Formats: sequence, C-alpha cells, structure tokens
Amino acid sequence: MEYKIIFKDYSKALKKNKLLGLKCNDCGTVTCPPMMVCQNCAGTNQEIVELKGDGKVVTFTTSFINSEGRENEMPITIVMVELDEGPWIMGNLVDMDPTKVTMDVIGKTVKLGHRVFPGDKYSAGEMARPVFSISN
Amino acid sequence: MRKVAVLGGGHNKFCFNSPKTSVEMLSEVAMDAIIESNLKPKDIQAINVGNVLGDFAEGQGMVQSFFANDIGCFNVPASRFEGACASGSMALRDAVMWVASGYYDIVLVGGVERATAMGTALATRTFAMFGDGHYEFPAGFTFPAAFALLAHLYSDRYGIPLERLKEQMAAVSVQSHEYGMKNPNAQIHKEISKEDVLKSFMVTTPIQLHDACPFSDGAAVVILASEEAAKKLTDKPVYITGIGQASSGKLSSQFQYLPRLRARELASQQAYSMAGLTPKDIDICELHDCFSIASLIAAEGLGFFEFGTAGEAWERGETRLGGKIPINMSGGLKSKGHPIGATGVSQAYELTRQLRGQMADQGRQVDGAKHALMDTLGGDGVLVSVIFAAE
Ligand SMILES: [Zn+2]
Repeated sequence: MEYKIIFKDYSKALKKNKLLGLKCNDCGTVTCPPMMVCQNCAGTNQEIVELKGDGKVVTFTTSFINSEGRENEMPITIVMVELDEGPWIMGNLVDMDPTKVTMDVIGKTVKLGHRVFPGDKYSAGEMARPVFSISN
Repeated sequence: MRKVAVLGGGHNKFCFNSPKTSVEMLSEVAMDAIIESNLKPKDIQAINVGNVLGDFAEGQGMVQSFFANDIGCFNVPASRFEGACASGSMALRDAVMWVASGYYDIVLVGGVERATAMGTALATRTFAMFGDGHYEFPAGFTFPAAFALLAHLYSDRYGIPLERLKEQMAAVSVQSHEYGMKNPNAQIHKEISKEDVLKSFMVTTPIQLHDACPFSDGAAVVILASEEAAKKLTDKPVYITGIGQASSGKLSSQFQYLPRLRARELASQQAYSMAGLTPKDIDICELHDCFSIASLIAAEGLGFFEFGTAGEAWERGETRLGGKIPINMSGGLKSKGHPIGATGVSQAYELTRQLRGQMADQGRQVDGAKHALMDTLGGDGVLVSVIFAAE
C-alpha cells in the first residue's frame, strides 16, 4: 500500500506555505504530519486535505544548544502548535526575539509559514519545516 | 513460562573520555559478571547487547560479535539491540523471554556506550536521530528540547507556576547528586545545591545544565538463568517477575496524552500485571531521569504519585532512602551517568544488588527491599519496564 502523502510531497507543498494532512472519512480525524493510517482509528479511508495553517501555541522552548552544523541557528525557539483542525505539529516561532519568549506565549494564536533546512551530512537532502508567527 | 533469575553482574565506573574501546569496556565487566556467577565463558548460550552509537563514536558496528569473541564466547549467537537510551533494557527483556521460554538456560545481557568520544556537538546530533528525522528534526529538535517542551507543557497543564516547577526540578537533581556521591561507579561525585542548579548554563528553556544528565562512557552486564540453573549457581537468586515494553511515535503524534507518556503507562502496566503487583508494592525504583522533568513525568506515569504532584513528593523527601518510594539510589542518570546502551543494564545491576542487600556498605541500601521496578525511556519511541523480586 502506498502512502497518500510522502514526506517529499509534504515538504514540497510546505515550501509553498501549503500544509498537507489527511482527513479520515470514517472518524473525521485530521492527521498531520501525515502517516500511513488515521492516527485515531488506524483506518486507511482518508483523503488529502490542505490545513489552514492557523493554530495556537501549546508549548515552547528556546534552545541555546543545537546539533553539529546548526550552531548558527542558535538561539532558536521551537514550538508545538495545536492546529485548528486538531493535530499538533512542531515548528519554530519566528518574528520574535527567542530570548524574550516566556510562558505568556502559550495560548497565543499563530499563522503558518515555512523555512527550509538545507540538510546535513546525516540527512537525505533538504527538508521544509513549519514556522509560525503570532497572528494579530 | 519458566521463572527467570539474575545471577551475577558487572559494572564499570561511568566516565568521560574512556581510554578503553567499547569492546574492551564490555569485555571487562562481562568477565566480572561471569566470575561472580560461578560460570565460564563456555556456559553462556546467547548474548544480547545494547549499543547505540558505536558506529558514530568509534567507527565500530556490531560490537556484540567482537565482544563475544574477545571473552571466549566463541561462535555464541550475539544480537545487538537499538532503541536509543532503552537499548540495554530491550536486550534484557528479550533475554528474559528466551530463558522463560526454555530455549536457553543462560543468557548474558550487556550494554555499552562510548558517547563522549563524539564530542558534544556530534553527540547532540546523533541523539537527535532518535526523534523524527523528517517532520521534527528540521525545527531544531534535540532531546533536551523535547523535555523542555514537556516541562513548559507540564507547568501549563497542571497549573504549577514555572518558578515553582523549576524549584521542584532542582530538588530532583540535588537528590540524585547526593546519592551519586555514595555510588563508587558514578560518573559525577559532586554535591550540588538548588542554587547551583538554578544558576547553571541555560541549555534550552527551562532546562539548565544541572537539569540534564551528562554524556557518558560505560558498560554493564547481568547474567540471566533459568530457576533450575540459578539454584545450582547462587544462594541469592533475584527473579525477574514482570516485563513490559511499548512503542510510541514522533512527539507531536502523542498530543492526546502529553505531558504524560502513554507508552510508559502501558509498559509498566504490562510489568505490574505479569508480576501481580501494584505501584504500592514496589520498595525501590530506578527510573529514567535523563532530565529532571523526566523524573517527575516518570514517577507519575509509573503510578507512584498523582499527576502534577511528583515535584512536591521529591521536595518532601518521599523519594529518599526511608521515604515512600526510594527513587534512583544509584544517583540516577544525572549523577551515575548515562552511557545510553548500558543504562538499562546498569539499572538492572543496581536493583539486583539492592534486593540482595549488598548496598549497605555504600550507605544507600533500602532495607528489606523485596520488589524493585526499573523504567527506561528510549528516544521518542520506546519504554521498557522490568520488575525484580527477592527470593
Ligand atoms: Zn479515523
């Protein structure tokens, strides 16, 4: 059985600020990032949907360390965002000084954008990732 | 299924910059374990080894076969287990099943890691490989960051102001260092204060240097045997009466449970159920304190405290020697060290000795301990629980 959305296609769409997920026709759950099956009922009766890219911050951290080769990205704020459609995804908070991000950011509504991680010697090429800005 | 006993064990002093190779570290502690178990290498029928990053750290894959040969277990089947920081525990659980099934009578379980040879930047990169490499690593995912995300979520969900939670987290690290002082095999022998924790380098908010375990080199071994074989070899068998293991996916996929880790709750329920015990029956626990916040989440998930209250329990001393449930009398990953492939085997070694009453000399014996629980977390994806019982 083939994936409906493979990472390469998810990443390609994200580079156009389109966030792809899968909506389950049996239980209605939206799975994003995409998987082979519905993350709720494990069914395969799903269709590709484009999520709005709106959500709220559920947790965050500002990192002062990073992996080999990514030192120039520090400090960086990582967030988990609860999307309006239900699922959570991981991304970065941008347009805000990472050192100024506090617990107050939890619950703030955010809007999706993207950045591209060019990859390193341990990854198989570039990968787009979600970034979020606080929406007004 | 047959009853499975732990015979002897071996454990080196965990350290930075080991001058010895992984094969050498593992061979040394294995020989100690074989001698303590009144065995010869030829008596070992199978070998399970936890090793995670030998490939990156030393350019050495499949340490299990080279190690087996080095200790004279010539041609003995040897298998490597890889489940990040729970690798040694997976090796142990699998070995329990081989002995319980009757297929083997004596199996050696080892774990080894030489992570510090990589240096901090590469070590951080390789550890991050145990998160999702495509959907989460690009955002800057590292393991300190994963637990930092959980810490802020924990503060928010349970309504504990961050400053209070930070004090509770500090109490965990202070206790670990206190008991680590008493463990001759611990990597870090240094008492620290709450103030030391709170003024240490900020790694990733809110996790500071002293909220985090170190990178480590080290090895540990325990030898398992059937009840029948054990009775001939030792007058102090300790039995493994419960095992459990569960998997989970990328961090974001666990959103319905976070900051709880569902896989831990399932793995420990399997072990409790198999042993016919509840959390109240456990006299001592070694749990996976890779970060101070991880200890709180673990102690709650294992059923020792209500959700959101483990920090207060640490502050009240309920996790100390003589407390409601003594936790990490070894110093834990924080002070004892965390050579990831070896960690689960080290926990098993510690608890076996506790149940045999052999820790009195070190001033950290839980008197009369009958039932012990170990808990190991590997990356985003595996939790292992094992219950031990004194005869
Ligand atoms: Zn469904």
